[in-house]
Amino acid sequence: MKTTHHDLIILGAGPAGLSAGLYAARARIDHLLIEKGAAGGQILLTDWIDNYPGFPDGLSGFELAEKMEAQARRFGLNTLTANVISINLLQTPKTLTLEDGSEFSCNTLILCTGARARRLGVPGEIEFTGKGVSYCATCDAPFYRDMHVAVVGGGNSAVQEAAHLTKFASRVTLIHRRDALRATKIVQERAFANDRIDFIWNSQVTAIEGEKGVERLRLRDTAGQESTLAVDGIFILIGVLPNNEILPLQLLKAEDGGFIPTDNETCTAVPGVFAAGDIRNKRVRQIVNAAGEGATAVLTAEHYLNNLNS
Amino acid sequence: MASDKVQSISDDAFKATISSSIPCLVDFWAPWCGPCKAIGPVVEDLAEEYQGKVTILKMNVDDNPVTPGQFGIRAIPTLILFKNGEIVDQITGAVGKKQLVDLINKAL
Repeated sequence: MKTTHHDLIILGAGPAGLSAGLYAARARIDHLLIEKGAAGGQILLTDWIDNYPGFPDGLSGFELAEKMEAQARRFGLNTLTANVISINLLQTPKTLTLEDGSEFSCNTLILCTGARARRLGVPGEIEFTGKGVSYCATCDAPFYRDMHVAVVGGGNSAVQEAAHLTKFASRVTLIHRRDALRATKIVQERAFANDRIDFIWNSQVTAIEGEKGVERLRLRDTAGQESTLAVDGIFILIGVLPNNEILPLQLLKAEDGGFIPTDNETCTAVPGVFAAGDIRNKRVRQIVNAAGEGATAVLTAEHYLNNLNS
Repeated sequence: MASDKVQSISDDAFKATISSSIPCLVDFWAPWCGPCKAIGPVVEDLAEEYQGKVTILKMNVDDNPVTPGQFGIRAIPTLILFKNGEIVDQITGAVGKKQLVDLINKAL
């Protein structure tokens, strides 16, 4: 079968991939950005973004995704909607195989595959997904008008989306396993001032129960005390897992649950392979640093390509 | 998913459409739902590939409150596969193409 070659392939079109695409297009690098769904990644799940510089009034995640894509397209971004099923980094050039069997090769590869919501791993969670269990407040909040919902988590996503849910739900109970939130102070302040949000501290959800949909949660606090909370829905926002299923993890020396380590210039353990955004092993996962890393990766890849050709 | 490649269906026409012996996959979506947008291109592909074998439709849950309520839909995107008016199976979230193909095959 014919293999299509590009100097650079970018895998994933979240903020890191779209930023990489913008820089690659402007650098006139022969590139291809492969994404299996729509551009935007996890920002498509975010109701409102107030911390991306340059937008003083904030904007929706949806809108930011569209703007990022439009900006890259203005400079000739080259994209393909497809599902990559395997990657071979041992060959030169590196090759990618798509679901339909077609092959693409490249001299440099930027991994921007991102991350996805972590599951709680409790009974009832999978059974009731879509029937009261949700990982996306932006998507599902309007189904809970005048109802009582729980949010699990204590980070920015959990606390911010709890506030978003109060636009619809009459009561939002935030359940956190510690006695303090991790979210940014201004996000915390807004949540504490919101009279529709109440808090259950030092507690974990041990089971999600109901007949046809979610009706109640079983909780256990750090002292071992068990209790039940009647709710109409539960939003689980407890961090992310890497989208690394197709990546050769051993070769890339994946660590900390499968995230990809890089140096400051986004170089992975494999020469010519770079990682940017949430798939990188790092502590801070924000849109703004994902975009920054996408740019770094392209400029480093460009340097690598120039050395190959000289 | 807001393109025209997949036909829209409303509350009024719903029952008659899913009662067919030809399997029918309905994508429940809304314009403010990011993952619905993400799964859109996949649903469009499938609509082309299964043309004549499976009817693939979308329903905007904002404009059509009755049907989503009947099926207890509390998250989108939810895709429900019908045959002869009965639910064969359903799936929630922006899943991959393979999972949707596996879902459709349950009615073929």
